[in-house]
Amino acid sequence: MSAEAEIFKIENLTMAYGDYVVMRDLNFSVRQGEIFFIMGGSGCGKSTLLRHMIGLIKPAAGNIYFKGKNLSDAPDDEKTEMIRQFGVLYQGGALWSSMTLSENVMLPICEFTDITRREALELSDMKLALVGLNGFGSFYPSEISGGMCKRAGLARAMALDPQVLFFDEPSAGLDPVSSHRLDELILQMRDSLGATVIVVSHELASIFDIADRAIYLDTSKKTQGAIGSPRELLNSDDEGVRIFLNRGVDPRARHMEEA
Amino acid sequence: MAFIFGKPKAGVEITAVANVVRRDVGVAVLHIEGDWLVKNRRSPFSKIERFFSVNLDLRRLEFDTSKLGKYDSSLISLLFKCYEYCRQNNIACEIGGLPKGPRSLLELAIAVPEADVTRKGGGGGIIGRLGEYALNAAGSFKAQATFVGEVTIALVKALCGKARYRFSDLLLVMQKSGPEALPIVALISFLVGMILGFVGVVQLAKYGSEIFVADLVGIATVREMGAMMVGVVMSGRTGAAFAAELGSMKVNEEISALRTFGISPVEFLVLPRVVALVLMFPLLTVFADLIGMIGGMVIALGLSDISYEQYANRTLAALSLTQISTGIGKSFIFGLIVSCIGCQKGMECENSSAGVGMATTASVVESITWIIVADAVFAVAFTIFDI
Repeated sequence: MSAEAEIFKIENLTMAYGDYVVMRDLNFSVRQGEIFFIMGGSGCGKSTLLRHMIGLIKPAAGNIYFKGKNLSDAPDDEKTEMIRQFGVLYQGGALWSSMTLSENVMLPICEFTDITRREALELSDMKLALVGLNGFGSFYPSEISGGMCKRAGLARAMALDPQVLFFDEPSAGLDPVSSHRLDELILQMRDSLGATVIVVSHELASIFDIADRAIYLDTSKKTQGAIGSPRELLNSDDEGVRIFLNRGVDPRARHMEEA
Repeated sequence: MAFIFGKPKAGVEITAVANVVRRDVGVAVLHIEGDWLVKNRRSPFSKIERFFSVNLDLRRLEFDTSKLGKYDSSLISLLFKCYEYCRQNNIACEIGGLPKGPRSLLELAIAVPEADVTRKGGGGGIIGRLGEYALNAAGSFKAQATFVGEVTIALVKALCGKARYRFSDLLLVMQKSGPEALPIVALISFLVGMILGFVGVVQLAKYGSEIFVADLVGIATVREMGAMMVGVVMSGRTGAAFAAELGSMKVNEEISALRTFGISPVEFLVLPRVVALVLMFPLLTVFADLIGMIGGMVIALGLSDISYEQYANRTLAALSLTQISTGIGKSFIFGLIVSCIGCQKGMECENSSAGVGMATTASVVESITWIIVADAVFAVAFTIFDI
């Protein structure tokens, strides 16, 4: 992998809450334009890693490089400039409840561009239409379903045409059909906007459907497991990831039993 | 497997028996007999523990469940304790001899080894807890100082026109914390004025100087009670609302979402609330002063022979601009205290619904405490400077 293709580089990252180490010695990179999954069991630190990558938490040790610049040590102004290139869809959508869907999408547009309010509204309508919420602009988050909140959250995450889109458990709480639609939407966003997509998920169907590569966070070892495409991971030497991808059963062990 | 729960009956003989006996050299067998149900009286684990403590040569434990009847979680609990005891004392625990049901549940219980973690805040004795309390207090003070610093920077940026916030939010908070608070402020101030008037009339009547109740009510209201009552009411009403709103926003990751757009939550959320409340407090205080004096007057006119004109003239004579401005001046500080504490508690609330509740409670308690502390400081300062 060439260094130019890397948009994110994680180097010897240790994540901790006080004295409690969540994960240590994480070393991996994310390539420009790929759909990269961070997977692992519940509570292994996937969302914590995402919050480190978007600059909300400072690493206990190690560095996070975004386009070659150290995000962890960057001065506040520089860091703000860097994270403004990210769009984040949080688990529950995290829409600002006192604003309508249009206002949610318009807020970052109005804050960081010089366009008029009318133009911002048009852009917001377009973003909402992209996620299938055309006509819902005047609704408040409390007036729409959980799935719609997530889609509205995605529209807001795309408001400033980010270079990297982060998704924190996008399928959580969605039925299989809605979850599949969201996967297709993620794929379309990547293909049409050319954005790099980083998804935190343990949804196997999504991983096999849309992931270019994925990393497995091993709870028992408190560090990263295998990394690669879903097919590579299925045949990996890392027993943990094989068992994870086969819902608790190691296919090699099953094969040996059958033999 | 039958899960039948209930309290064991006292005095009933043990129907769920666990007897451990030596079989071969170094091998013991645990005979489990009867119905192992929570509602039955069962052999205690301590009996098994005692047996092992006097037979130190034992290196292996086997199970005999041929006479086991019904069972529920109480049996799994016993087996789990046996397994853990064996593990800690290097004794081989042969769980293969157990029936399939209890064995699979035991396997599930022992699949993940006990985590080597210590819960923050647990144990430590009195000294440990005292130390922890001191560290928490120091951390809390540091957090409050940092927050005040951030708010100050945001205020300076706002004065320079560089702060990012929505003017409509500021107007909305002003409306909520100002005009919408008038009914409750009016009620409380009126009642406090009545109480002052009642106490004053009754006591002053003994000396035949009921007319001075106007002085008492007027001065006490504009110097102390007006601003203080607005502070207390607004701590419970608006300060708590700020803590709950911002706390909920934090739990729902709305504040994280602002940060990921590079928008400062202090500028966007805290600044409008602080500015709105600091602006509304003096207005509410003036309103509370007027209503409080009316409350006192109602009682004075009702309980004595004072006329409306006499009461009004006496009040105007007693009050000076200095007295009125001390109350209004204090109200700016009270507004700052209530808004800053409410917002700070909300911004630093734990990520849970219980955390929102605790933030709200802490906001009200600390706001009222600090208002009274600040009022005491003002009282001393005004005395020193003869105001």
